[in-house]
Amino acid sequence: MKTIREIFGTEIRQYTMVIALTVLILVFNIATNGKVVTPANFQNLISGNAYVLILAIGMVMVIVIGQIDLSVGSVAGFSGMILALTARNFNLPTWVAVIIGLSVGVLIGAWQGFWLSKFNIPGFITTLGGWMIFRGGVIWISGSISVPVPEGLKYIGAGYLPEWGPAFTGLNNSTLLLGLLAIGAFAWSKIWKRNHTAKLYGIKDALWPVIVRIVLISVVIGYLTWLFGSGRTGTSFPVPGLILVVLVIIYHTITQRTTFGRHIYAVGGNKRSAELSGVNVKRTYFLTMLNMSFLAALAGIMFVGRSTAAGPSDGTGWELDAIASVFIGGAAVSGGVGTVLNTIVGGLMIAVLNNGLMLMGVGADQTQVIKGLVLLAAVVFDVYNKEHGHASIFRRLLPKKESEKEDSQQIASSS
Amino acid sequence: MEDNNTKSRQRPVMLQMQNITKYFPGVCALDDVNLNVFRGDIHSICGENGAGKSTLMNILSGVHPHGSYEGKIIFDGNEVVFKNIKESEKVGIVIIHQELTMIPELSITENIFLGNEVVKKGLIDWDTARRNTVELLARVGLNASPDTLVKNLGVGQQQLVEIAKAFAKNVKLLILDEPTSALNEADTTNLMKLMLELKSKDITCIMISHKLNDIARISDAVTVIRDGCTVETYPVEAGNVDQDRIICSMVGRPLENRYPSHESNIGETIFEVSNWCVEDPEIPGMYACYNNNFFVRSGEIVGFAGLMGAGRTELMKSIFGRTYGNYLGGTIKIRGKEVQIKDVNTAIKHGIAYIPEDRKVYGLNLLDTIRKTIVSANLGSILRRRLLDLDEEFQVAKKYCKMLTVKTSGVDSRVTTLSGGNQQKVVVAKWMFTEPDILILDEPTRGIDVGAKYEIYRLVHKLADQGKAIIFVSSELPELLGMSDRIYTIFEGHITGVLNREDADQVKLMRMMISTSTSNSETKNKGIAL
Repeated sequence: MKTIREIFGTEIRQYTMVIALTVLILVFNIATNGKVVTPANFQNLISGNAYVLILAIGMVMVIVIGQIDLSVGSVAGFSGMILALTARNFNLPTWVAVIIGLSVGVLIGAWQGFWLSKFNIPGFITTLGGWMIFRGGVIWISGSISVPVPEGLKYIGAGYLPEWGPAFTGLNNSTLLLGLLAIGAFAWSKIWKRNHTAKLYGIKDALWPVIVRIVLISVVIGYLTWLFGSGRTGTSFPVPGLILVVLVIIYHTITQRTTFGRHIYAVGGNKRSAELSGVNVKRTYFLTMLNMSFLAALAGIMFVGRSTAAGPSDGTGWELDAIASVFIGGAAVSGGVGTVLNTIVGGLMIAVLNNGLMLMGVGADQTQVIKGLVLLAAVVFDVYNKEHGHASIFRRLLPKKESEKEDSQQIASSS
Repeated sequence: MEDNNTKSRQRPVMLQMQNITKYFPGVCALDDVNLNVFRGDIHSICGENGAGKSTLMNILSGVHPHGSYEGKIIFDGNEVVFKNIKESEKVGIVIIHQELTMIPELSITENIFLGNEVVKKGLIDWDTARRNTVELLARVGLNASPDTLVKNLGVGQQQLVEIAKAFAKNVKLLILDEPTSALNEADTTNLMKLMLELKSKDITCIMISHKLNDIARISDAVTVIRDGCTVETYPVEAGNVDQDRIICSMVGRPLENRYPSHESNIGETIFEVSNWCVEDPEIPGMYACYNNNFFVRSGEIVGFAGLMGAGRTELMKSIFGRTYGNYLGGTIKIRGKEVQIKDVNTAIKHGIAYIPEDRKVYGLNLLDTIRKTIVSANLGSILRRRLLDLDEEFQVAKKYCKMLTVKTSGVDSRVTTLSGGNQQKVVVAKWMFTEPDILILDEPTRGIDVGAKYEIYRLVHKLADQGKAIIFVSSELPELLGMSDRIYTIFEGHITGVLNREDADQVKLMRMMISTSTSNSETKNKGIAL
């Protein structure tokens, strides 16, 4: 057990969720006789859920500032429909239509952010209004009829990366390249971190846990690379998945490494103290809501690309999946707590549940029931752990955290 | 007095807590603690934060149920076993917590009978409840309608409602946890009077307090707890209590002086506020601050004395980036140059720092770690290529923790893991990191223990020695007299006068804090007018 702690170190909480997700995948794989872990299904899983995960990225920021956005499904549907209509009626190039769709999202976000930041109307109310306004709006402007979208959009909604180069790998080379890049970046960051810690803290971590960590993760990424790349010719890691990965990196950086990110947590953690620390609370509210609707529009556009047409009921119920992802990812209802990475893992859990249950032949009705129970269980588990001072189930199994001792030594030795 | 004291010795023992030992996971909170309280006594319990006072009271009131601790409780002659608060209330033990637990949107009647409703045929009998409330309010001397919403009462009045609520439960032993920490002098006096009245009605009181003056005024006995052990218990004579003895046993070492000695090195005026007027945000047309003029020189510690609600905090907040009320007029000059400060960021940029009064409500994000807190008011300075430099953040946090001797296991710990005094140091560190020239400290020592207070005082002196202008707002007059070079008094939003330290004493200050005699009557009328 001590060995496990040394390998995973302080990031053990994140790993716990990833492990739970892995277990879930394996259980479904056994229950479906291997239908889950196949290239086609994984490609499908990612490109079929990327849009909900993108919504979840925006949603976790909204929930961290202590608000909620109920309108994202309607906004996604509305933006997708605007795109489809402008593209068809004015015969615009695809990229212009996409920009129009995204702009609509930004405008809607500004509208909702305006009410929250200027008049202090809670996000629950403004976006409940938005939920009705834009659901009604999409049905109204479309006349309840599906509108086809430009063919080119399919690439960002359900496309695959190009095939190129030698075929001896037996894999899609774009996917292979991505996988290798990911392994390289991970290994580099771990080694850099180790050297850096040595420089900063004056304590050099043992080398072997770092290497074991790198090898383990490389195996996982390598396996995923093989899984995504070894599908039938012409398929690869899906384009929506790549968009998602890029967004995750961007938003992880924004939330963890920028002033704006800190302000989000400050406002959600204690609004009054944030105000007195020079945080522009109104601006933070406004930008967070604006960003949410922007991402909703992007999600809507990717979805219509995938389904090749914009329908009047697109996006129905998405807000609930996005919100559930955030809470399964460990965010607090009262705000101030939640991260993009954990939210993505939470969202993947829902996606795997949907997918696995479907492959098992469980009906949508029962799937709904199970998802509800999982959400409740995840949050109960989290709340219970927080109340009892355990970060995760591993904490209880493992002896006292080494790093905590080290910390106190550092302070002692430095003073 | 002597007579009274001997009488109380003859009284029967009301409460005995014997050999109480309580463990929390990993720590021993109480170790073999004994407490004896005589009937009709006002018994004070003192101790530093974290000494175990609250844990002991939680055991007594059943918050920590029987079985979770070792030891015996004998109340009124019988051994008692409580599984929850309801059971302790049934025998007449009522605890009033430091943070008042009433519901602001409900009326006094509804609050008093909350959880204790007068029920007739399954429905609440509001008529009886209301009648009882009138009676109870008369007993605690609160002149308010039973239908008043609690949110419209002052803190002192809310305290009285809490006590009335205790009466409704037929209280025999009343426990008050830091009852005066949020009260001004007038309300404190009022509360003390009420406690003496309770005493005459044979109700026993246990008072937990940091305020030695309050303890000295009315206690019949004092118990000091340190590090989970009873240090000593002894009877005292109200009005004649040796405070230094209490302090010594609390901190475990003799404390020569409660205020460190300090020679101020006063330079030129660097901060000047003139004709400052602010409108109350709740009541349009009402001045919250009227025509205030004051200045602070570099290296000078300027005290602000005023009763709770006199407008001290409001004045400071309105100066600090207009974070309170609506600005009506007035100018701020820094080093002789007039500046426009319309938001907090501008205030910070001009070198003003405001350390707010209630750190948990205004000063800290309790979810944050120490390192994130310390840099939070000056994120701009750790930006590298538009991203936060987390290494620099770490170094800064470590530097300030070391400088202010924050006791912590590491800068990655959450601020909630710190004691009150250390939390306050982190808040001070956060504002020191903005490198201010003018520091406004609003009640910087409230709710922290004697040892930590001393450290904060020393820190304030150090900042003054660096040539910073310090504004020190406090409700405790001895603290102001011990710390300030000059003291302004403020009453109903208006500065009523200023005294040099040499000329000031508690009586003079108090007189200026409750009257506008030094200002002309015309100003007064305008200031309070609609």
